[in-house]
Amino acid sequence: MTSVFDPELILYTTAIGLITIGLAGVVMSSHLFRMVLALVIAEAGANLMLVLAGYRWDAVAPILTSLSEPAAMVDPVPQALVLTAIVIGVGIQALAVSLLIRIRQRYATLDRKEAAERMDSEIAASMGAARDVSQDAPLGERPLPPIPADQVNMRGGDAP
Amino acid sequence: MGNLTGLLFAGGLGFMLLTLAGGLDFGTPPMLVGSEIQAHAPQQTGAVNIVTSVVLGYRAIDTLGELSILFAAAVSAGLILGRRHTTAGTQTKGGFILYTGGSLLFPLMMTIGFYIIFHGHLTPGGGFQGGVILAAAFFLPLLARPGARLHHKTLSLIEGFAGASFILVGLLAMMEGKAFLQPLLVQDTLGQLISAGTLPLLYLAVGLKVGAELASLLSRLIQTEAPQ
Amino acid sequence: MSDIEVWILLLLALMMLCAAVMVLLVKNHIAAVAAASVVSLGLALLFVIMRAPDVAMTEAAVGVGLSSLILALALRRLGLWKVDSEQVKYILLSHGGENKDG
Repeated sequence: MTSVFDPELILYTTAIGLITIGLAGVVMSSHLFRMVLALVIAEAGANLMLVLAGYRWDAVAPILTSLSEPAAMVDPVPQALVLTAIVIGVGIQALAVSLLIRIRQRYATLDRKEAAERMDSEIAASMGAARDVSQDAPLGERPLPPIPADQVNMRGGDAP
Repeated sequence: MGNLTGLLFAGGLGFMLLTLAGGLDFGTPPMLVGSEIQAHAPQQTGAVNIVTSVVLGYRAIDTLGELSILFAAAVSAGLILGRRHTTAGTQTKGGFILYTGGSLLFPLMMTIGFYIIFHGHLTPGGGFQGGVILAAAFFLPLLARPGARLHHKTLSLIEGFAGASFILVGLLAMMEGKAFLQPLLVQDTLGQLISAGTLPLLYLAVGLKVGAELASLLSRLIQTEAPQ
Repeated sequence: MSDIEVWILLLLALMMLCAAVMVLLVKNHIAAVAAASVVSLGLALLFVIMRAPDVAMTEAAVGVGLSSLILALALRRLGLWKVDSEQVKYILLSHGGENKDG
């Protein structure tokens, strides 16, 4: 390479940067619509990474132009994979967006924590049980560690 | 606190991926199956575009799975959105330019969509790209005329017919004693429009299915009511 | 890969990474959707340089066209379609004050 910049470095940095930014956005954003957008970014990075895996120096696109002198081509298999992955991606995106529309209609919020809170209290209300409002407890169904016998009364609340 | 954890996670992930990518030999693909396919694809499938011969020949079952994933996504999005029709008055009416452009572009977009689908084995393009353009062609008049509706029954009929014919072509190959979805009728006319056997038929099925699915998805999305 | 291609690569890479960061940081949701489609556009151009014309075409039709259309329609349906004069307000990863419109 005579160039100042290494194309390998540029391309890999772009792909990995997109994946990282997208996943960081999914983890960190509090607005649900931003989460979908971050997913789109991460998907773009993953697609670029796959196409990079099939790149070959000084090769032509995988379309045959003459039978007599076949030139070196880039690997067509990752390209075919990415072709389907892009179309699946837009289907997933539409599904996520329609879920968001339903969440907006039902809970009138798009904040991640608020929507989870309202969903949680609705589920608790439909079961007829009081909701555990502790901020320390996980929102999922992960069981809490067993309470030692001498601390049962200090924890208060729902201990037997 | 949560943001710090997220940043740490993202940084660690990026570092890990960079380390992994540093070990890769850029520019020299390690997979040998690609060169093998390039050597035999023109004779085995008759397609000049090797990506097409991978999508519809060597990895056709993968494409079938992809179509079913897209079908599942479209159906579940339709189920989630439900059948809430807006009254026509709530949407803003398209202007003159949008109205005329929608009517004017519709035949052109249909033509280019089918062109891209039918030349999928010769040039870049194919069922996925052409299907998206077909969906856009049907969606553009919908934007201009808010009252207009797409006929969902017809769309699902087209979609089901296209999906069934994709599987039917695969079963025909089995009847001939070949593998499921193996290309049939491969002539020796490389580079012609009528070549590559059943691949253009498969791509037509893919294009119609993708187009019908995306068009019904978009029209369902535009018909849901906006919150006030 | 020729010298000019490397320069184009660098330009596209910078554009895409900046747009990706902007998707997460910009306050206006319409601008975020636009930035996401800029990332897709840059990706389509990169695919052309990477000798993948099929993928580039798909990305241009699906990623730039259809996906932005779906997201913009969703903005309307979610009630986030707001064009305000203070569009240059950057916030750290969209919190605070956002919940009022949601």
